[in-house]
Amino acid sequence: MKVKVTVNGVAYERDVKPRTLLAYFLREACGLTGTHVGCDTSNCGCCVVVMDGGRAVKSCTMFAVQADGHQIMTVEGLANGATLHPLQQGFWDQHGLQCGYCTPGMMLTAYALLKHNPNPSEADIREGLAGNLCRCTGYQNIVKAVQQAAEKMREPVSARS
Amino acid sequence: MSTEAGHAVGVAMKRKEDPRFIQGKGNYVDDLTIPGMLYLALVRSPYPHAEIKKIDIADAMKKVPGVKAIITGKDLEAAGLGWLPTFHGFDKQMVLGIGKVLFQYQEVAAVFAESREAAADGAEAVQVEYAPLPVVADPFTSKTDQVLLRPDREQKTNHIFHWEVGDKDATMRALSSSPRRIKERLWFQRCHPAPLEPCGCVAYFDTMGRLQFHVTSQAPHVYRTALALVTGIPEDKIHVVSPDIGGGFGNKVPVYPGYVCAIVGALKIGRAVKWIESRTENLTSTGFARDYHMDVEIGATEDGRVTALHVATTADHGAFDAAADPSKYPAGIFGIVTGSYAFPVAHAEVDAYFTNKAPGGIAYRCSFRVTEASYAIERGMDILADELGMDAAELRRKNFIRKDQFPYPSALGFTYDSGDYHKTLDTALDAIGYKQLLEEQAEKRARGELMGIGLSTFTEVVGAGPSKHFDILGIKMFDSAEIRIHPTGAGIVRAGTKSQGQGHETTWAQIVAEELGLDPQTIMVEEGDTDTAPYGLGTYASRSTPTAGAAIAMAARRIREKARKIAAHLLEVGETDVEWKDYKFQVKGVPSKTVTMKEVAFAAYTNMAQNEPGLEATFYYDPPNMTYPNGAYVAVVDVDRETGEVKVRRFLAVDDCGTIINPMVVEGQIHGGLTEGFAIAFMQEIQYDGDGNNLNTNFTDYLLPTSLETPHWETAKTITPSPHHPIGAKGVGESPNVGSPAAFVNAVIDALSPLGVRHIDMPITRDKVWSAIRAAEDRKK
Amino acid sequence: MIPAAFEYIRAHSPDEALGQLQKHGSDARVLAGGQSLIPAMRFRLARPAVLVDINGIGSFDYIRVSNGTLNIGAIARDSAVEHASWIGECKWSLLRDVSRVVADPVVRQTGTVVGSLCHNDPAGDWTATSLAARASVVVRGKSGQRIVAIDQFLIDSFTTAVSNGEMVIEVRFPVPDDRTAGSYQKVERKVGDFATAAAAVQVSLAVDGTIRTAGVALSAAGPCAVRVAEAERLLVGQKPGADVIRAAAAEASKKSDPQADLRGSVAYKKHLAGVLVARGLQQAFERLGVKP
Repeated sequence: MKVKVTVNGVAYERDVKPRTLLAYFLREACGLTGTHVGCDTSNCGCCVVVMDGGRAVKSCTMFAVQADGHQIMTVEGLANGATLHPLQQGFWDQHGLQCGYCTPGMMLTAYALLKHNPNPSEADIREGLAGNLCRCTGYQNIVKAVQQAAEKMREPVSARS
Repeated sequence: MSTEAGHAVGVAMKRKEDPRFIQGKGNYVDDLTIPGMLYLALVRSPYPHAEIKKIDIADAMKKVPGVKAIITGKDLEAAGLGWLPTFHGFDKQMVLGIGKVLFQYQEVAAVFAESREAAADGAEAVQVEYAPLPVVADPFTSKTDQVLLRPDREQKTNHIFHWEVGDKDATMRALSSSPRRIKERLWFQRCHPAPLEPCGCVAYFDTMGRLQFHVTSQAPHVYRTALALVTGIPEDKIHVVSPDIGGGFGNKVPVYPGYVCAIVGALKIGRAVKWIESRTENLTSTGFARDYHMDVEIGATEDGRVTALHVATTADHGAFDAAADPSKYPAGIFGIVTGSYAFPVAHAEVDAYFTNKAPGGIAYRCSFRVTEASYAIERGMDILADELGMDAAELRRKNFIRKDQFPYPSALGFTYDSGDYHKTLDTALDAIGYKQLLEEQAEKRARGELMGIGLSTFTEVVGAGPSKHFDILGIKMFDSAEIRIHPTGAGIVRAGTKSQGQGHETTWAQIVAEELGLDPQTIMVEEGDTDTAPYGLGTYASRSTPTAGAAIAMAARRIREKARKIAAHLLEVGETDVEWKDYKFQVKGVPSKTVTMKEVAFAAYTNMAQNEPGLEATFYYDPPNMTYPNGAYVAVVDVDRETGEVKVRRFLAVDDCGTIINPMVVEGQIHGGLTEGFAIAFMQEIQYDGDGNNLNTNFTDYLLPTSLETPHWETAKTITPSPHHPIGAKGVGESPNVGSPAAFVNAVIDALSPLGVRHIDMPITRDKVWSAIRAAEDRKK
Repeated sequence: MIPAAFEYIRAHSPDEALGQLQKHGSDARVLAGGQSLIPAMRFRLARPAVLVDINGIGSFDYIRVSNGTLNIGAIARDSAVEHASWIGECKWSLLRDVSRVVADPVVRQTGTVVGSLCHNDPAGDWTATSLAARASVVVRGKSGQRIVAIDQFLIDSFTTAVSNGEMVIEVRFPVPDDRTAGSYQKVERKVGDFATAAAAVQVSLAVDGTIRTAGVALSAAGPCAVRVAEAERLLVGQKPGADVIRAAAAEASKKSDPQADLRGSVAYKKHLAGVLVARGLQQAFERLGVKP
């Protein structure tokens, strides 16, 4: 089946089988390998992408055909050219990653979270990230990373360096 | 923090590897695509123990479009590849089932196809006829030898090995003459490291006939040598590359059947083969950890001085002894079980058995079996404290190895390098407010509320290891570094280790920068490519900083020696008149006459006079001893009587890992290790039922904590450098996972002790807590 | 973990969706959130020959009050309830509680309330909630539309009153009066796990402070979520108090008929059912400003 999915602002027209999962479509048909697959049961969140600007989606639990006509943001779409997104900067500054495998999904879940709730408490963040697993960091620095990003994103645009 | 040239060790530098990961540009093995690549899917047995009567591949080959080839155990056997030697060397492992299968989900056939989908469809279409055999589901049943699991072995028994250390007679005598004694059966349950990236590989033979093998391996050089020995392909024709790895934790140390099948497929079919396992396959067939049933006996005087320790362990290794232990240590470094205490005499023994479960016994975020040992002694000491009516901290203090006793020869043959256990414990108790907590606990107990305080004052042993004692498949456990400094003062360091998130691209650069007065931002670090990296034994068991970290420092010092000659030439003095001071070369006694390493580097290529051009060195480091990180952990818990839920109110970890290269990286490791210890204490378990069915086959049932369950971690440190390590560092990545389970369990048992509960095995589930409370209440009635 | 092959049809209207379901009968499954269906397909436990995707039917995406009921359309997401502007109101406290503990916060952004009811997992959260709240579903088929009370809709594990060629297009929750509060109590080993035990309660008070209506239901307590009618009867007409809460909890324990599994024994789960009903009632009353 032919699908047209806009990923990070670029339209990808591809021929896919109905059973192709969105995660593999992104990784293989679009060549964007930043989205990862970590489990079989939608528990780990390594595959999270953002659909239509604000919905975090586990891309291993959606078929590529369902994304036809929709917009998807993957981790590769977070940065603005050479400028890192505040979430990326936050994860780097706060040591919110070690092996890096959960990081794309974690940042994109946080992205959607901050859209709904730009000023989350620590409890809000821990609750909001509870669909994403991390085996390396123990989450503590991930929380700090999201807090840093949230603070930065609340600044008026002109104030951000 | 400043990262200019010079002081770099001890700096909380941001990680240099992060930019690619935060942009989704990591290079994990599943990111690799080779033109014409085939996909491998494995057919697996639903039976835990069964004869393979027949494997019918006709439908799969003919009716599933895209299936290119299928191989079975018989095919591999014919090619001399039916069995793999396990790293331990005590045993071998079937690659694909031959004659029979020995655990549920065991690999039975390999299907190679044009796409993931075709491979999955092909695997489904393979028809296997099994004749079930009686199942041996636990090591105690296995011990009776009523059902012989491994007729392929010379010794017709399920007993794999007996290992022991220490003086049994003296220990048993001391125990029987001790006025006080405790004995308890402690089970460290079977768990699985479950890194978020499953295992996988891409294998192909290039135009030069070399095997290119990209694989999630924590020990790429060992893989290369093992493959050469097993396949007969000359070692220079094998190129193993470990790319970015999404977590290892010991899971990615063994060589797995999928890897061998991928290589065989690539060879036979002449196309690249990719094998990436699913989570289910990862949890059910790759290296599990623990599963030690330990009978712990401690003797003491009336006033609480320990007299003797005896631990007898029954170990469940599953269907094959695929434990990745150093060859002389079938039970790993379990001999550390005397822990932080000055036991005058001790004895430990382990008997291992086969069962119909997944093979292994790997070191899951610990130095081989050190977690089991640490748990045994720290639980044991708490049970003893309870028996004696002594405060748990007091009992420990009374029996700690004293600071002036280091280097300390333990009763089980280790020489502990350094430590100040009293200080570490006091630091923890002060920081947590131990006295106030005890007061609060007394008040709460009066009201029937269940609050617990649990300690763990562990000493572990890492850095395998000295060539005298340690080898894997005969290869000694040294490690290595190669450093080359470029004309403009930048450089590259390659090591024989392989980070899976531990931050070596930053910490190794920090060591070089510190030793050579250079900028760590321009020291590139490379690991994992066996064509370029010097030979090493890889990263696991917290060995990297003790071994490769040392090698890097020593290689850097060799460079400094060479550089000194060039510096002397630049400073126009004799070599002996130059000293290294404040990160510069200086004429002795003339502080104004200096030259930087950067200047020397340039001169090494442009103005080296009679000296050898270039500026590089290699060092292979054979550690003279293991290192002994230690810690004092305190857990404070509150138990909900009605639901059995345990809330971890506070957890403080004071770690002593000697010199700290990057405090931010160390703190991250501790957060992560404590989280795994927490998960092990409360929720992680791979269970098999009595019929050999694996009950925890994916993340819905093998439970990993989320950000919501995970407690907040408080960390602190004491620093007692290792006297024998070039920079005094000990390694720390695994300490939190080693020391914390006992702290959690001790806290829960402490909370329940007014009810007379003495022990609950991990994972401490709500039901277990509630049942223990109810049983205690029933007893009262 | 690749699903078996299937034919995919994207429906653009309710009629088109129904037409396809009628055409393919038992070969077809509705794809809404897919958060239960797709994992089952990845394990090949579910192998529908045809998937009818209804996510493109905009007219199914609503949450609105009409004629005294809160109507949730077939593709309204769990998170839409979770983030609804009115969800903080006391009378919706049961829905507020449950919408925060279904699955996990990411799955909730795609999973649907209606889908959850149609899936009818024994440990599902929306099923118990719907029972306690006296919801009903609107089933549309060849012969038109019918309204089915949730008690009649939920038949057995993974079995509902929807036949082949039909689909649920809406769930309706009666709008409670202002002296109503609820609570959803869920014990789960970790976020994302199915409930070890769960209880949904919704109570309203009469002007004299006695309990006017009571809804008490359990999940993970049998093949299907279940109402504890005996507890409800006990509560109605009584003043909120420790004794009546205890009695209701005891009925819940009795009614609970769980399976032993990795989450706990039968005895533990039955005990928990009682504890959670007690805690739920306590919290609901406290939300109404009453301290029993």
